[in-house]
Amino acid sequence: MGLKEKLHGIKEDFKGKKMAPAFNALHTFLYTPNETTHNGSHIRAVDDLKRTMNTVIMALVPVLIWGIFNAGYQHYAAVDAANGIIREASLFGNFFTWDNFTMGAITVLPLVIVSYLVGLGVEFVFAVIKGHEVEEGYLVTGMLVPLIVPVDIPLWMLAVAVVFGVVIGKEVFGGTGMNILNPALTIRAFLFFAYPTWMSGDKVWVHGANAVVGTPDAISGETILGAYAQNSSVVYDFADKFFGFIPGSVGETSTFLIILGGLFLMFTKIASWRIIFSAIVGAAVMGLIFNGVVDQGWIAEGSKFYGLMSTPFWEHLIIGGIAFGIVYMATDPVSGAQTNKGKYWYGFLIGFLSIMIRVFNPAYPEGVFLAILLMNVFAPTIDHYVVQANVKKRMKRLKLKTA
Amino acid sequence: MALLSKKDTGLLLDPLADNNPITIQVLGICSALAITAQLKASIVMAVSVMFVLAVGNVVISLMRNIIPSKIRIIVQLVVVAALVIIVDQVLKAFAYELSKTLSVFVGLIITNCIIMGRFEAFALGNGPYRSFLDGIGNAAGYGLILIIVGFFRELLGSGTLLGFKVLGDPIAKTGLYAIGYENNGFMLLSPMALIVVGIIIWVQRSRNSALIEEN
Repeated sequence: MGLKEKLHGIKEDFKGKKMAPAFNALHTFLYTPNETTHNGSHIRAVDDLKRTMNTVIMALVPVLIWGIFNAGYQHYAAVDAANGIIREASLFGNFFTWDNFTMGAITVLPLVIVSYLVGLGVEFVFAVIKGHEVEEGYLVTGMLVPLIVPVDIPLWMLAVAVVFGVVIGKEVFGGTGMNILNPALTIRAFLFFAYPTWMSGDKVWVHGANAVVGTPDAISGETILGAYAQNSSVVYDFADKFFGFIPGSVGETSTFLIILGGLFLMFTKIASWRIIFSAIVGAAVMGLIFNGVVDQGWIAEGSKFYGLMSTPFWEHLIIGGIAFGIVYMATDPVSGAQTNKGKYWYGFLIGFLSIMIRVFNPAYPEGVFLAILLMNVFAPTIDHYVVQANVKKRMKRLKLKTA
Repeated sequence: MALLSKKDTGLLLDPLADNNPITIQVLGICSALAITAQLKASIVMAVSVMFVLAVGNVVISLMRNIIPSKIRIIVQLVVVAALVIIVDQVLKAFAYELSKTLSVFVGLIITNCIIMGRFEAFALGNGPYRSFLDGIGNAAGYGLILIIVGFFRELLGSGTLLGFKVLGDPIAKTGLYAIGYENNGFMLLSPMALIVVGIIIWVQRSRNSALIEEN
């Protein structure tokens, strides 16, 4: 008897009992979709919720692997730098090494495990209480969460934040598909406001930096955004920033892999190209405005905004979490805008506001998660006006016809 | 219960749970968000509102037959304003530090919707004794929520209760802090008060399904 039959047997045994959803979850996770159409089907397609989720996970795997190697690489690079050795990044020379992998794995994998265990635990509890099937919604969230936090975040903080994010961000609104906010970003926002010392500054982005503060072995792990916000220069060149040999949240450093993931998601039509495209335009427009202000000499070199304002607009797109946010978070089909026209506005404003928050509030070195959460809230409003505009247009047409 | 008839008991106890001014009527939310970062401030606020509401209810109830209905709002405002000034002066005289923490929110008791709401809805149509009980009951219901919210926000946000370091010292790293616990800064921000009130409403409604509106 195979696993499938065994699980099916368990499912039959528990039918109608209180714990049924918990056991059904295993069965549906591995074999069948959560829900099948009961009435006459309208659309025949192979992509159910689970297929969609799995595609996003596939797009995230390269980023996660890069994140693991990079966590190790940044740690050893910082230790070397503290001893006066400047490293030149080379992909096979000192990046894809066994040392980097093991060091990265012991720092990053616990984040992934905690995120999934706690998040799915909450989903199980809610499924049992409410008596519905466990939803797959957490699969993607659970993968996104470890990728958008600093490597050294204490695990209990992550656990608290995941409980908060899943309950307040999703379950109170009715579970997967009903949430108004992106749960992964709710989790990050909670961490950011609750434990700011662990989510910003120059001590959390490289593993081990926090443990050696104030000792002779002290290492620095400032992000590029943090450095620019201080008006100081950075040692990383374009290739470092683009391919991701830089400190930052676990998964957001490699713009190159994120672009590949984004192309994959757009090709499979999981992510909306309208949102991604307009968000990039929005960010570029805001960046160009700031560059213009600097070129006109309207802002003094000593100003606290100068560092980030004078950053070329294209560089804004490859540093910080904006690429990751645009590709994997802004395109969340549940919390984003639904109408095609609305998607342009939604994306544009996300890009625009991200750069604005990034530049004008040095206390928030990364604005993209705040911008996306804000636009999540406004997405229904945008859709409303798009629909109303369409209604108005058609009414006019109707009048012309009948007049 | 010779002192209180069944109806009077209801006046006192209903606002504590099933007719709570904050969680059911959703009145007085502003002050619940603003001053609940510390338990002490919540308690003082609850007592102040209880004084203003109970005395104000009695005064309005005594005057209810001689207030011309066209100008009754003005009259009510004068009564509340007078009582709030008394509270404010007493706090300044005997608890200056605390009155500085509460700052403008003592004065803003005037705008607390619960007070005008009870004057309009109850004191104008009932005798002074019952109005007094109604005032005490509603203020207690309001205060209860304030104290619950204040308790969680101070405990989780600052690690203290009424100023006592119940979880240990965050700087010397004693107690819970020794094993890596940290205060939750989000709890000190007003949005978290809204979320805590929301959770209370959630718990209350899931325990008593009669409270859930049909839609």
